[in-house]
Amino acid sequence: MPTRSKKPRLAVWKFASCDGCQLTLLDCEDELLAVAGAIDIAYFPEATRGKIEGRYDLSLVEGSITTPHDAERIREVRRRSATLVTIGACATAGGIQALRNFADVKEYASVVYARPDYIDTLATSTAIADHVAVDFELRGCPISKKQLLEVIAAYLAGRRPQAPAHSVCVECKHKGNVCVMVAHKTPCLGPVTHAGCNALCPSYGRGCYGCYGPMESPNAVSLSQWLKPLGLDERDLQRLYRTFNANAPAFRKESERHGP
Amino acid sequence: MAEYITLAVDGLQALLDELKRREYRVLGPTIRDQAIVYDDIESLRDLPMGWTDEQSGGHYRLVARQDDAIFGYPVGPHSWKRFLHPPVLPLWQAESAGNSVRITTTQGPDQPFAFIGVRSCDLHAIAIQDRVLIGGQHVDPSYRDRRKGAFIVAVNCGEAGGTCFCASMNTGPKVEDGFDLALTEIVIDDQRLFLTEVGSPAGRDVLLQVPHRPATPDEIAAADGVTARTAASMGRVMRSDDVRELLLGNLDHPRWDEVAERCLTCGNCTMVCPTCFCTSVEDSSDLLSGKSGRTRHWASCFTLDFSYIHGGSVRGSARSRYRQWMTHKLASWVDQFGSSGCVGCGRCITWCPVGIDITEEVRAIREDRPAERTHHED
Ligand code: SF4
Ligand code: SF4
Ligand code: SF4
Ligand code: SF4
Repeated sequence: MPTRSKKPRLAVWKFASCDGCQLTLLDCEDELLAVAGAIDIAYFPEATRGKIEGRYDLSLVEGSITTPHDAERIREVRRRSATLVTIGACATAGGIQALRNFADVKEYASVVYARPDYIDTLATSTAIADHVAVDFELRGCPISKKQLLEVIAAYLAGRRPQAPAHSVCVECKHKGNVCVMVAHKTPCLGPVTHAGCNALCPSYGRGCYGCYGPMESPNAVSLSQWLKPLGLDERDLQRLYRTFNANAPAFRKESERHGP
Repeated sequence: MAEYITLAVDGLQALLDELKRREYRVLGPTIRDQAIVYDDIESLRDLPMGWTDEQSGGHYRLVARQDDAIFGYPVGPHSWKRFLHPPVLPLWQAESAGNSVRITTTQGPDQPFAFIGVRSCDLHAIAIQDRVLIGGQHVDPSYRDRRKGAFIVAVNCGEAGGTCFCASMNTGPKVEDGFDLALTEIVIDDQRLFLTEVGSPAGRDVLLQVPHRPATPDEIAAADGVTARTAASMGRVMRSDDVRELLLGNLDHPRWDEVAERCLTCGNCTMVCPTCFCTSVEDSSDLLSGKSGRTRHWASCFTLDFSYIHGGSVRGSARSRYRQWMTHKLASWVDQFGSSGCVGCGRCITWCPVGIDITEEVRAIREDRPAERTHHED
């Protein structure tokens, strides 16, 4: 625990996201109550509400940057935060809304909105780390409860969080799963995906969807090569990498190899 | 002189019953998720009777057999290290008790293990882990406790799998040592029998409670025929006598770059390998209970954390990581532990998601070794 007389102040900030990661936080209520005596918690759920005041010891940031206003606001959050941790695929990679990065936003807006001139948005959805310095990125769509508690516990204990960046395969093998790709010919992104979910999908006979984004040294080119004979064409391959972590550099690059 | 007896199929069931009666935890092959894995076995019905598998690089498929063979498959995704050297093992827990801290260490298993269907390659793998984990000055107490009293029912392979190469590594297919009982499945006059070799006093003692009869010379000859045929049908071959020198003399071979283009650094090969023993420990603190603890889990030389020393990872490239794994397995292991670290079970080939084949990698280096490339000999 940091040596100070005052309780550490923890803040939760929301940018463009679905709230799924904050739900994980709410799901941690019991555990957080246990530390409520040790920590002050302030929530800033909406972009417009909640005044930014004073300084925060630990800021958890959910969501991506999609508007000029948010690009400003995250700088303010950074200035006021001693430690800034981003949580979830939106905050760490731009989220599913980063699919706009591959399309023409103006054209979309003109089709979707009656008054597109009311829409003040950026052409891209980007990770928090593209705008300000980030101390730790917690991956996942949504994040895992266990890992979130680990990040907070590690912060309180003054140590590095344990959230290994190796492949999902390592977790999958720890569990003793039968590999769905080798034994069932089910395409699986596990070998190029960051661990953290405890190999959830392969444990239920599904291929990994890549919710935790690219692992530490992803070789997506080789994996794609292997997936072709399993029946995936160029379009399938492109879509495989274009989900929640579409804008994570390794997945972005690989999806672009398989079409515009 | 080896001691042979013969069991019929109901004798095999009686053997399982007797092991249970003696309070062993009986583990053996069973079908789960379209593969033959190792798990708790209640009766013969749990064994994969009538099933086998088809294996090649990055490929495994469960296939029905034409007969009722019980051990008619080679080795699958699991190895016995799951039980002897578990993937995740809590080591201790600490909680505050008043002014002091109470530490509870993890105890060994409640029951000794009985392994059913251990193949020759895996017996050699267990012997290697014995040497590494309890054979030296520093003994791993959890391995020691799990290994102690384990009862091993070995099986001589009736056919080699598509990625097997124990014959090349001198580790099979005929079991020679390190078992309590060794079975060879044979069919004589349409009757399925298990020629059984007694390998230890414990094995003999268990058999006293199991219906059996002395083996006939015909049965012994039939069993010899089985292992001879298996030895002649290996799915893979690897010349191993000079592989240590070959690899250490070719540390800059361009083949390492080629394999690195394919390798996903996913770590599957190390997890499935029955001899890979590396672990790492992780400390945790629980917000709710206030308890903290330390857990050990399998580590892999394919991860960046593995070679992390302050400031960064020593083996950053896939090339350096694959090379580390393969040269340790086949070369530096010999200097370290007195034998190869590879027993030719073929698991790393089958379970590599992109089918990288250790025997093919050795062959590629061997066959492309022009004399003028002398700088590789440094
Ligand atoms: S099922 Fe997927 S995550 Fe699991 S080992 Fe196979 S490729 Fe890796
Ligand atoms: S490597 Fe040899 S001993 Fe092992 S399963 Fe294959 S044939 Fe049997
Ligand atoms: S290196 Fe491969 S073939 Fe050799 S023992 Fe390990 S898993 Fe089996
Ligand atoms: S050799 Fe295969 S199993 Fe091993 S790390 Fe590379 S891709 Fe994964």
